[in-house]
Amino acid sequence: MVKLKIDNMDVEVAENTSILDAARQVQIEIPTLCKHPDVDPSAGCGMCIVKVNGRIMRSCCTPVSEGMEIITNDAELKEIRKTVLKLILSNHPNDCLNCSRSGQCELQEMTAEMGIDQNEIIKMLSQEPKDDTTGAIVLDPSKCIVCGRCVNICQNVQNVWALSYLHRGFVTKVTGANDTKLADSPCIKCGQCAAHCPTGAITDHDNTQKVFDLLSNKDYVTVVQIAPAVRVALGEEFGFEFGSNLTGKIYAALRRLGFAKVFDTNFGADLTIMEEASEFVKRFTSNDNLPMFTSCCPAWVDYIEKYYPENLENLSSCKSPHQMVGSIAKTYWAEKAGIDPSKVKVVSVMPCTAKKWEIGRDETMSSSGYKDVDEVITTRELAKMIKRAGINFKALKEEEADNPLGEYSGAATIFGVTGGVMTAALRSAYFFITGEELGELNFQAIEGLDAVKVAEVDIKGTKVRIAVVNGVGNVETVMEQINKAKAEGAELPYHFVEVMACPGGCIAGGGQPRVMGATFDKPWGINNEIRKLRSKGLNCEDECAKNRLSHKNESIKMLYQDYLGQPGGEKSHHLLHTKYVKRSLYK
Amino acid sequence: MENEPCLGCQVGDKWRKKRGSLIMALHEIQGVKGYVDWKDAMDLANTMGIPLARIYEVLTFYNFFKLVAPGKAVISVCTGTACYLKGNDKVLEKFKSELKIKEGESTPDHLFHLQCVRCVGCCGLAPVCVVNGKTYGRMTPEQVPAILNEWREVFKEA
Repeated sequence: MVKLKIDNMDVEVAENTSILDAARQVQIEIPTLCKHPDVDPSAGCGMCIVKVNGRIMRSCCTPVSEGMEIITNDAELKEIRKTVLKLILSNHPNDCLNCSRSGQCELQEMTAEMGIDQNEIIKMLSQEPKDDTTGAIVLDPSKCIVCGRCVNICQNVQNVWALSYLHRGFVTKVTGANDTKLADSPCIKCGQCAAHCPTGAITDHDNTQKVFDLLSNKDYVTVVQIAPAVRVALGEEFGFEFGSNLTGKIYAALRRLGFAKVFDTNFGADLTIMEEASEFVKRFTSNDNLPMFTSCCPAWVDYIEKYYPENLENLSSCKSPHQMVGSIAKTYWAEKAGIDPSKVKVVSVMPCTAKKWEIGRDETMSSSGYKDVDEVITTRELAKMIKRAGINFKALKEEEADNPLGEYSGAATIFGVTGGVMTAALRSAYFFITGEELGELNFQAIEGLDAVKVAEVDIKGTKVRIAVVNGVGNVETVMEQINKAKAEGAELPYHFVEVMACPGGCIAGGGQPRVMGATFDKPWGINNEIRKLRSKGLNCEDECAKNRLSHKNESIKMLYQDYLGQPGGEKSHHLLHTKYVKRSLYK
Repeated sequence: MENEPCLGCQVGDKWRKKRGSLIMALHEIQGVKGYVDWKDAMDLANTMGIPLARIYEVLTFYNFFKLVAPGKAVISVCTGTACYLKGNDKVLEKFKSELKIKEGESTPDHLFHLQCVRCVGCCGLAPVCVVNGKTYGRMTPEQVPAILNEWREVFKEA
């Protein structure tokens, strides 16, 4: 431990703690625009300066040492910070009124807090056009303050390397290699850049108006589904505690918005488990193309297609849950409800920006003859729609989803958190192999936020080795182990591997609400404590669920009985499975 | 073309085992062909196992590296303090409008490359331009077309 004084208060912290973090222990929040709990300090913005024994230093990248005397906020420091911020603002447009981040913007809030109420420095604005080529995330260089968070996340956390710096100094631009547009770059649309951007420079491709248009078009029957992670995060936009599960209120809000039917992606998650667990059992018992990777995460699918095309045979062929719901809504449900499937429009509310890309990834995303899903909006966009429609969300009474595409098990709802898909799949795989139910339904070894979690599961004497990866940058070590074993003809380290591209899983997806310093005590931005609270929201729902097993979902049983036949059967294969292709990193 | 040796691959292969040698590899490519293009960068990325995005971060960080073939006649307009104050900004504008390129760019026929330099060490002659080692002192924008024609003649003869 190290003892030091911060603003004349005694502080004792662990060695190597940064001054910035040490100050938080005495309730001092030092302003910063580039440091984020998810990334190492880059000393980029210059806002976090403090005086260390009289010398001015950046607190994000300066570790504490014994006897340090630190001043965090005197007249000189305030003046310097103000100047730094004015310089940052000198090439940032005053477009706040027309900016999707307005009211939720770190830069905007900091400007107000610092008392900068006029432009003192002549603006030199970038004329660079927006990059909306992915249709999932939009990069607006004119609003970029080159703090570097997105580049740090994209390169060092996600290991994707789509974003990078181009040039240097005042003209530095954040973009793809040699100014490649994102759609032609290795970008996997995970949206972690958008989730970490402190300004409106990286945002979701906004589909809210398209959805309002669908809803007001009387020729269509527009139905909606919400992903598991949406229910434990949307509330933050309306002042609820982190992790509050508001499924019933969200259903009610969606009906008020005018959706004809309110379905749940969790139904699709149970359906996915039926298909995926069956696929695993088949591949495991016949030792065919093992290990098997989960395929629910479109950013991960994009990543493996680009970075590990030699492993595509290992990817489960199952579509993701919301695609399955879309496909079933336009076939089974439309038939049952007596509606022309060409009139059915499916909107997905997702914690994810990659889902916007997924709905058009290839022709199997329209295998019913119609697009499985017509529009995707993120959790953030749903919050905007609810506010725009004048719905008092907080006061709404809880409602139920519409069946049969609304029933779900506890296994489905944990799809939104790292380890959840694996847990759900193992519960059903155990039943498919043994004909018996598991005694203990939780697998503690694969819970929590560790980057790579491994376990060995005993299925009546047969050992199944599993790995769970969250944060796609962490997949490299697992892939190396697998491919080394394959090359040497050695025993595979794993049989079944779950991958979610975002750290923590979908609960911290690229489309989830922004954690605002102003609303929820500082600091800004998602962190592991919040990831745990959102995860807890889903895990609690599973623990308390009457049914915690996908294969015991009555509506799912009925779907197979009346329509699909067997999991992995011909009809399932046509409607619920997809295929993969090698994609080059650059076009 | 297919039988042409792959410069990026050869250079990448030579440097790939040595950590932190990306700049050396880029220097070597530029030393051979005068610039580093997309294919060179891609070949380097593949042989050295370095992400393309990182290679372009380095290529565009350092002014020294060129991404396109430079022109045969390199026009250096001095924008050091003395030359700038004596009106070289107007000379630069004239070069840009005559050649229809910006600083740091080459003409499509690869005849001219326009660049700014800070002080060539003869401030007494300010404002100064240098073309392929030949110094032009006390420049005015009016002299620009004649200088361009002079070098067009040089390369026409060659």
